[in-house]
Amino acid sequence: MINWQVVAALGKRYIYIYSRNSFRILDIVFWPVMDLLVWGWVSAYMMTSQKGLPQMATFLIGAIILFNILLRVQQGITVSFLEDIWSRNLLNVFAAPVRASEFVAATYLVGLTQALAVMCVMSVAAYFIYGFSVSSIGWTLIPLFLNLLMMGWSLGLCTTALILRFGNQAEALAWAVPFLIQPLSAVFYPVSILPKFLQPISYCLPAAHVFEGMREVLQQNKFPQEHLIAAAVLNVIYMTLSGFFFAHMFKEARRKGLISKLVV
Amino acid sequence: MSTEPKPTGQNDENPVVVAEHVQKSFGKFTAISDVNFTVKRGEIVGLLGANGAGKTTLIQMLLGLLSPSSGKIRIFGMDPEKDRISILRRANFSSAYVSLPYNLKVWENLDIFAGLYCIKNKKEKIDHLLELFGVKHLKTRMTGRLSSGESTRVNLCKALLNDPEILFLDEPTASLDPDIADKVRKLLARYREEHNVTMIYTSHNMRDVEELCDRIMFVAGGKIIADGQTSDILSKFEEQSLEELFIKIARDGEITTLGGTNEETAT
Ligand SMILES: Nc1ncnc2c1ncn2[C@@H]1O[C@H](COP(=O)(O)OP(=O)(O)O)[C@@H](O)[C@H]1O
Ligand SMILES: [Mg+2]
Repeated sequence: MINWQVVAALGKRYIYIYSRNSFRILDIVFWPVMDLLVWGWVSAYMMTSQKGLPQMATFLIGAIILFNILLRVQQGITVSFLEDIWSRNLLNVFAAPVRASEFVAATYLVGLTQALAVMCVMSVAAYFIYGFSVSSIGWTLIPLFLNLLMMGWSLGLCTTALILRFGNQAEALAWAVPFLIQPLSAVFYPVSILPKFLQPISYCLPAAHVFEGMREVLQQNKFPQEHLIAAAVLNVIYMTLSGFFFAHMFKEARRKGLISKLVV
Repeated sequence: MSTEPKPTGQNDENPVVVAEHVQKSFGKFTAISDVNFTVKRGEIVGLLGANGAGKTTLIQMLLGLLSPSSGKIRIFGMDPEKDRISILRRANFSSAYVSLPYNLKVWENLDIFAGLYCIKNKKEKIDHLLELFGVKHLKTRMTGRLSSGESTRVNLCKALLNDPEILFLDEPTASLDPDIADKVRKLLARYREEHNVTMIYTSHNMRDVEELCDRIMFVAGGKIIADGQTSDILSKFEEQSLEELFIKIARDGEITTLGGTNEETAT
């Protein structure tokens, strides 16, 4: 059960925090655009040095935009949780009638908002810098986005659960997790490039299907139905599992008295 | 020592707080062992004890933030583990050591907590409380820049936002100068008069306890070693003042438990 009034109040808190902290705005504008520039130039270089695939540049730019969406959702959630720890707010929040699910829902909303913002910023930038239009992905962009959103939610929730349980030892995970899974997510290259034995593992990640799907649309202009279904099914499984994982860690935190002791 | 008539007899057939054989261990270490007590509506109970006695641990179990290893806790007849939300809607908490987020303005923090408690007329409520604690001028200040005395009073404003029926105060006056501490005690006493609110109040400040509390529970080594009115406790331990008793208990370590007094019998 979720009381949306409580979620709204928690969400409002993040608006106050993020609107005041200019470094958090860097996360949404500066770093994504930097990423875009680097990968845009890499692809430009590849095009000049050898006869690259004509679609190479589009693939890489599309990929970096989608990867940043995943990254932002996961970090939106985790950094919001860290903000609560840094400002020692956790005890106050949970001494108020706030369910763990409401707390999680508020961080999910932060992840969603930041992902939308990043997508807009990067789309506009890619259009003006490279003439790349996300509309070339077409309506398929929506299911791709939703799948990345769900995966980001699961990753963010698991990272949060680990920080809740292990405190500052796990803090680095907040930034590391998306990059830990990046090699197997087939962001910049197709799954078929990976060593044979890694390919099945890669296909267990919703992100791999999303990026394969993106290449399918861009290359063949074909709706990547199979990849999207696979990604959605995996996402439902991971979201459920991450929910249980968080609930378990929350219970552990109540048992070990971590909610009041957590200081990062 | 409090001599006013206790608001017994009216609506308190059912105790607000019941603790039966509550025990809490962190690994091998036992922080609370076999604690039993009940608290009536409108009662102000002081949990007195040295650092590390187990006061905070006990408060956090009552708040449902910490699960007891064994035993039973009931607040308004509900289990803090299972009905945490229903209990917390009617309760609140404040501690000098747990301040509101430093990176928000005072009114922003209060506005958000008012939202968490789903308060109707937020603005009036917040203004009224800021006025009551004499901190209205701090409304637009950043919470992290307040002095500890100011921050304590803002915390108390937060704690009264939802007109709680029970207040858990964990060393609320720990960082206050005697003048402000006195004001805060008077405000809390008046608030109890007006609202018949139950308070569980931890402190190692004897003044707090003597002035405000109807009843004292002495906590030492995770046990309640005395429970009753100040005068009864002093005569039982043959001490002149709470301060002397406190020191005696802190130095002697364990004293044979006196258990409940005529006032209260647990279970
Ligand atoms: N989360 C925890 N993990 C391990 N030990 C704890 C934890 N919380 C409290 N303790 C221990 O329990 C004892 C009681 O602590 P506490 O309730 O904070 O004391 P008080 O509030 O009376 O000063 C202390 O010895 C403390 O170290
Ligand atoms: Mg304490």
